[in-house]
Amino acid sequence: MLPHKAIERALEASDGPALIAFLTAGYPSTDSFLDVLSQVEAASDAVEIGVPFTDPMADGVTIQRSSHAAIENGVSLRWILDRLAGRSTPPAAPLLLMSYLNPLLAFGYDELAARAREAGVSGFIVPDLPFEESAPFRASLEPEGLALVQLVTPATPAERLSGLCAQSQGFVYAVTRTGITGGEVDLPTELTNYIRAVKEHSRVPVCAGFGVRTREQVARIARHADGVVIGSALVEILERGDSPTEFLSGLRP
Amino acid sequence: MSTSPRTPTAAAEHTRLLKDLQEGRLPDARGRFGPFGGCYVPETLMPAIQRLTGGVYRLLPDKRFQQSLNEELQDWVGRPTALTHAAGLSDRWGAEVWMKREDLTHTGAHKINNAIGQGLLAQAIGAERIVAETGAGQHGVAAAAACARLGLPCVVYMGEVDVERQAPNVDRMHRLGATVVPVASGDRTLRAAIDAAIQDWVTDPGGTHYLLGSAVGPHPYPYLVRELQAVIGREAKAQLAARAGMPDAVFACVGGGSNAIGLFHEFIGDEDVALVGVEAGGRGGALGDNSATLSGGRPGVLHGAHSMLLYDDDGQIQETHSVSAGLDYPGVGPEHSLLQMIGRVNYVTASDEEALDAVAECCAAEGILPALESAHAIAGARRWAAENPGARILIGLSGRGDKDMPILRRFPVATAAVKEAAHVAA
Ligand SMILES: Cc1ncc(COP(=O)(O)O)c(C=O)c1O
Repeated sequence: MLPHKAIERALEASDGPALIAFLTAGYPSTDSFLDVLSQVEAASDAVEIGVPFTDPMADGVTIQRSSHAAIENGVSLRWILDRLAGRSTPPAAPLLLMSYLNPLLAFGYDELAARAREAGVSGFIVPDLPFEESAPFRASLEPEGLALVQLVTPATPAERLSGLCAQSQGFVYAVTRTGITGGEVDLPTELTNYIRAVKEHSRVPVCAGFGVRTREQVARIARHADGVVIGSALVEILERGDSPTEFLSGLRP
Repeated sequence: MSTSPRTPTAAAEHTRLLKDLQEGRLPDARGRFGPFGGCYVPETLMPAIQRLTGGVYRLLPDKRFQQSLNEELQDWVGRPTALTHAAGLSDRWGAEVWMKREDLTHTGAHKINNAIGQGLLAQAIGAERIVAETGAGQHGVAAAAACARLGLPCVVYMGEVDVERQAPNVDRMHRLGATVVPVASGDRTLRAAIDAAIQDWVTDPGGTHYLLGSAVGPHPYPYLVRELQAVIGREAKAQLAARAGMPDAVFACVGGGSNAIGLFHEFIGDEDVALVGVEAGGRGGALGDNSATLSGGRPGVLHGAHSMLLYDDDGQIQETHSVSAGLDYPGVGPEHSLLQMIGRVNYVTASDEEALDAVAECCAAEGILPALESAHAIAGARRWAAENPGARILIGLSGRGDKDMPILRRFPVATAAVKEAAHVAA
């Protein structure tokens, strides 16, 4: 199965809302990366691995902090791919790399696509790459069947929303509010209407994220979306050295 | 980085791009200057960018908008600024030196041309709040002043390092009613300030306008800022033509590149006029010791644009160094990347030491205290004058040096140039 299809299938296969978990690679420590990753894979339906970047302009304080610490720890895109490629068993859940564009550019798109697939990666999320600028990267991902996930937000105009939903692969990442990652989300009526609109236009699962941190929120979002993305909240759990398994399974209704 | 095309096809392509520039076709509809530029922003900002782009293309050509902008430039900013014949430097260098005096504008640097223009535009498209970044503090002061004038609340992000080394400007921003937020993350200079301003903008793209201070960032900023700064070159060319003629060479310092593009734009079609951009050579050529993006960088994406950039093999943005806060930035505007690629502008560097010497020489010879940023342009011109005796040289004096006192205090006045001046006087 093509990797981008595998993401869709994994999210659809979840009984109850799908859980997509985000962690920053090599944070809080590089030694525990693969161990933590395996635990997170086992407790979720897909995993986003954050590639650290010096200038994470769409992220809040938690992911800024984890990103800078990971760079200090020597983590790079190459380091991540090497670690993933060296695992003895395939990932227990589809993996996506979440990265700002410059590390991808510096690596070289074609080599990256090939190396990513070999390392068991199924797709990419690139917060500073709007669809209009994405043709060169998509051209490199396509032959490997890797997904490029599109993000939509409550402020996305209707025509644009339908276009982005139609182009997204793997899932549609419905950002629950304008703003950076972190903080907390509440669910006013406009938001439920928005998620419903995204669902209507989308051929792939719709997962909502940014500020989701409690079981209550997951349950409410799950009434409209196919799943949720858990980001800063999980990073904070890992930062404290708490068990990701317990936290993630506690979010399932 | 080679500026001369290696193959005939590249040469033809460069000629075509130069013609596109000269005939006003760049940036194109996608915000591109050849391979550079574009709009690399989080999806959350796309509606705000589209609203701004609509406003820019509707209002910049609009007669009423231009009229209110010109009134502000004349009555409040103090334009046109003087063109000064630098008799002292001319004597010393064996050249004919002229200086375009942006240091004489209200608030003391070219940044005000852009700040008041964007402020008027932001108001016209319904913004209720302004955020800005600042390095040297000149753009922060200009934004604070423009916002006070227009009745808009203003928040300025400034790296902690710059808060300290440009302290006089922090007080000025406070007096002008702006909220100054020191940024403790990243390199704690201009780059971190832009990161923080964008993070703020992302949380309220509907009501906030990001008043970006240089010709960098996503489309339409590089275009908008160029159009608002082009008044520098238009005035200078006409003033110089009336008093002497065309210059042989034009010099400007390049941080993000706004004063340079503002001065160069009018001369792009005059191919006999050499255009030279001077970047911060800092304390040496090694990565991290300078801010010479065009001299030492490669194409990459930061802060919304594809342009030349200083980064390591992992794609991580490089820390930079310059004695001047306004040039201490790892990126550069996309139009400069194109101008370098096609060879229309030559980009060189001046070191911290050369800039400090130029401050001293300009004080001694002209009775003008230039900003440390502007001093890089003077240093570049001085070197060129030595190789081109008798040439007519136009220097963009982008700002005044009052803000630099906390830095200059660390360098006692006993520099070579001052000693020489004292010697000549004696
Ligand atoms: C006086 C002065 N000149 C030049 C610059 C550099 O900016 P730009 O390259 O956009 O002109 C600054 C920036 O702070 C400045 O204050």
